[in-house]
Amino acid sequence: MITLRDVRYAWPRAARDVLAIDALDIGAGETVFLHGPSGCGKSTLLSLLAGVLLPREGSVTLAGRCWSELPAAARDRHRADHVGYLFQQFNLLPWLPVIDNVLLGCRFSPARSARAAQRSGSPVAQARTLLQRVGLPQDAWARAARELSVGQQQRVAAARALIGAPEVVIADEPTSALDAALREGFMDVLLGECRAGGSTLVFVSHDERLAARFDRALSLPELNRAAREATA
Amino acid sequence: MTSLPGLAAASAWNRRGTLSLVALSIALATLLLLSFERVRLDVRDNFASAVSGTDLVVGARTGPIQLMLYAVFRLGGATNSIRMDSVRAVEQHRAVAWVVPLSLGDSHRGFPVLGTTTAYFERFRYGEQQPLVLAQGSPFSGDLDGLYGAVLGAEVAQRLGYQLGSSLVLAHGSGTLPGSEHADKPFTVVGILAPTGTPVDRTVHISLQALEAIHLDWSAGVPMKGLSIPAEQARKFDLEPKQVTAALVGLKGRAAVFNVQRFVNEYEGEPLMAVLPGVALDELWTVVGVGEKVLVALSGLVALVSLAGLVATVLAGLNERRRELAVLRAVGAGPRHVLWLLALEGLLVTLAGVMLGVLASAALIGLAGPLVQSAYGIALTLAAPNATQWLLLAGVLAAGVLASLVPGVRAYRLSLADGLAPRS
Repeated sequence: MITLRDVRYAWPRAARDVLAIDALDIGAGETVFLHGPSGCGKSTLLSLLAGVLLPREGSVTLAGRCWSELPAAARDRHRADHVGYLFQQFNLLPWLPVIDNVLLGCRFSPARSARAAQRSGSPVAQARTLLQRVGLPQDAWARAARELSVGQQQRVAAARALIGAPEVVIADEPTSALDAALREGFMDVLLGECRAGGSTLVFVSHDERLAARFDRALSLPELNRAAREATA
Repeated sequence: MTSLPGLAAASAWNRRGTLSLVALSIALATLLLLSFERVRLDVRDNFASAVSGTDLVVGARTGPIQLMLYAVFRLGGATNSIRMDSVRAVEQHRAVAWVVPLSLGDSHRGFPVLGTTTAYFERFRYGEQQPLVLAQGSPFSGDLDGLYGAVLGAEVAQRLGYQLGSSLVLAHGSGTLPGSEHADKPFTVVGILAPTGTPVDRTVHISLQALEAIHLDWSAGVPMKGLSIPAEQARKFDLEPKQVTAALVGLKGRAAVFNVQRFVNEYEGEPLMAVLPGVALDELWTVVGVGEKVLVALSGLVALVSLAGLVATVLAGLNERRRELAVLRAVGAGPRHVLWLLALEGLLVTLAGVMLGVLASAALIGLAGPLVQSAYGIALTLAAPNATQWLLLAGVLAAGVLASLVPGVRAYRLSLADGLAPRS
């Protein structure tokens, strides 16, 4: 599902690469835990996976397409079709009602709208189903996202990332703003929904206690040759 | 599913406080542009329709504009008088069909008094060659029995509540000096004209003989000491007018107009001037045009400032919205969607402002129309926007969209640079 080959990335005007990954393969439906300390390039790697950044050298392939070979508009389209993305926090448009925030996941992708409709009858129906499964009380669905607690907002964000069953869900420390009790519940929902939908999950966190729940755990500093060379 | 315009509207609604202020200032600019254009057109229409079917206006030598303003529109300073024999001489010209003498100077409670002949009611035309119509009563008779009869313009009758048979006293000059009333010779309303939308509505019409009669015992603008001629006795005097202010001239054929104009201008009895109403109005617009251009430029500047406010407001809020842009990017929105979102937001705000401005302009003209009519005699019409006004509206909208592209392009750059990791 995701293939990296000889990837090199440097920030614009930076002298040294921040990322150098020779090979990484993640299979369809696999759940991968990626950990490493702050500033080791985790978010950069996720941006490369999502096709928002392009590598200086090498290739990042997701769902059969190499990001570097696609023009800008096609990359946005490919991302909308195949990737659900979760931020650490601020995942939602604060002024938009909860249900519309979930539907935002389908907004730029007819393919995901069609898949959502195929599974639940209509995108709106699937948004409702997902909100129910992540455990958001029904009276909150029509409220503006900003009125929700942080824990509730992350659940809505998970529903948004999962709507239309994207092949890949990328999560960038989505639990770091949640306390322990909320974190467990959130992990149950996210992993459960990814497995149910057959989505590949790439989950980044510095909290290694979560690693046991995934199929595979990777350490970014070990994977990243640039980091090894810098410390060597 | 929320469409891009829907998202733009929801986002703008979220910041409705600041954006509504911007929309208000755009509304103000629209109001200025629209109302000014409306007033400009109505003023021109009013002037252009005030007199038609008159080929020449004859008066003492002065500027053509001044003669027109005073004789036809009852505006501006008084012009010199001309002798009645001069008017008769013009009437004798073989190309002249009719002459209507006009004598101005007195007033009644702020409304001008016009001394004229019964020919006025037959010959005078306004708008599209429309004749004067009496709503009630009849013209003053023109003979001694009906000497003190007055015919009122529609607005005079309506504003002062006069009906047929009402009695009124004329004032000498503009009537501002105390004791300058012709109180000894009251007039009776014999006719009320139907509304015309021209200065006729604001005029009190009496015969030239009556005007002579009330001034028999006056000299140099004040009542003569020790001389008082009662109203009845005045009929026995020679009331043939010696002087008038101006005369409207109708020709047998338009072809002779320059011929007659030259005849008048070269008249040897006294210095006279003949003016073609259309030409004089054109001259007036040339003079007024400069002021109009300045006002248009000022309204345009107000619009520019409003739009600059729009750009500044949206730009200032952009930094706080970088998270939103990242979320949109994450769900597959391209930088071009972000640009459109911002441009749409600007368009919505401008559109709201313009629509508010159109409504405000309609309300202003509806409310101020009667006041302007009574104060300046200019009828403002509440009408759908004309071609120029549509063009102005489209111009403001287009400028609004262009202005919104500035924050749009900035957001485009930001979302390209930030990707999914805004640094704020």
